[in-house]
Amino acid sequence: MIALSDFLIVAAILFSLSVAGIFLNRKNIIILLMCIELMLLAVNLNFIAFSYYAGDAAGQVFVFFILTVAAAEAAIGLAILVVLFRNLSTINVDDLNRLKG
Amino acid sequence: MEKLLFYFFAGILLFAATMVITVRNPVRAALFLVLAFFTSAAIWLMLEAEFLAISLVLVYVGAVLVLFLFVVMMLDIDTSALKEGFTRYLPLGLLVAVLIVLELIAVLGAANFGLDQVPVPEGSDESNTKTLGRLLYTVYVYPFEIASVILTVAIVAAITLTLRPNKRKTQDPAEQVKVRSKDRVRLVKMASEKRQDGKGKP
Repeated sequence: MIALSDFLIVAAILFSLSVAGIFLNRKNIIILLMCIELMLLAVNLNFIAFSYYAGDAAGQVFVFFILTVAAAEAAIGLAILVVLFRNLSTINVDDLNRLKG
Repeated sequence: MEKLLFYFFAGILLFAATMVITVRNPVRAALFLVLAFFTSAAIWLMLEAEFLAISLVLVYVGAVLVLFLFVVMMLDIDTSALKEGFTRYLPLGLLVAVLIVLELIAVLGAANFGLDQVPVPEGSDESNTKTLGRLLYTVYVYPFEIASVILTVAIVAAITLTLRPNKRKTQDPAEQVKVRSKDRVRLVKMASEKRQDGKGKP
């Protein structure tokens, strides 16, 4: 029998791996987007595990909406990335300093 | 057996996630991300979320990750410059990650969410798709509509962002239909001129 805590711990490790990925690859926007997708995956795993053990399908409906929004976010993010590369010929985060922020 | 399957899939999932954040080549990172999504779909199947597991494979592996691969291959990226600073941030990143894991395990460990506290429920007889569909089209119908609007906005935004105005010479049928003869030919009234020597026709 698999306990709820096993699923939650796997999701926690996945989440922290993607946080570490954001630290390690902080120059490459594409890898950063991939790490965000991994984070959303970890959160979705939590939602589904809780939904199964609570016997309530509302968690799965929430995962459905997260998937929708994540797909939209990935599409717009990659479109912005393509425009960025067209204008600057780089995707290095350090070169994106036009706003002097 | 069930436990063995779970550890097998969880191991592959964590391995794929580690490779995504460490490999040099973004194409390989995208392919390992495909592996991660596939194995987590298997884990979702173990949690009896069949519809979402299949839609994860279809929507994510089939569409979003192919989009990622497409963009990675379309852009000509110098990966060596993007990898510098990897070893510099490694200790900090590992420290933060380990701290997050320890804190989360302290909260989510077996003492609070183990089998004694949350026993494994009886599986439902009803099809998962049917359950989800009934919920989506009754209780959550308004959020469902909003989700479709969000997808439309995403399409419009992605296309307008990447669309370049056409600079080549092309035919515009609307302009062709709208044209009138007076736009093309200009009749000018002027006095006829005579030859200088005054003989014959001009």
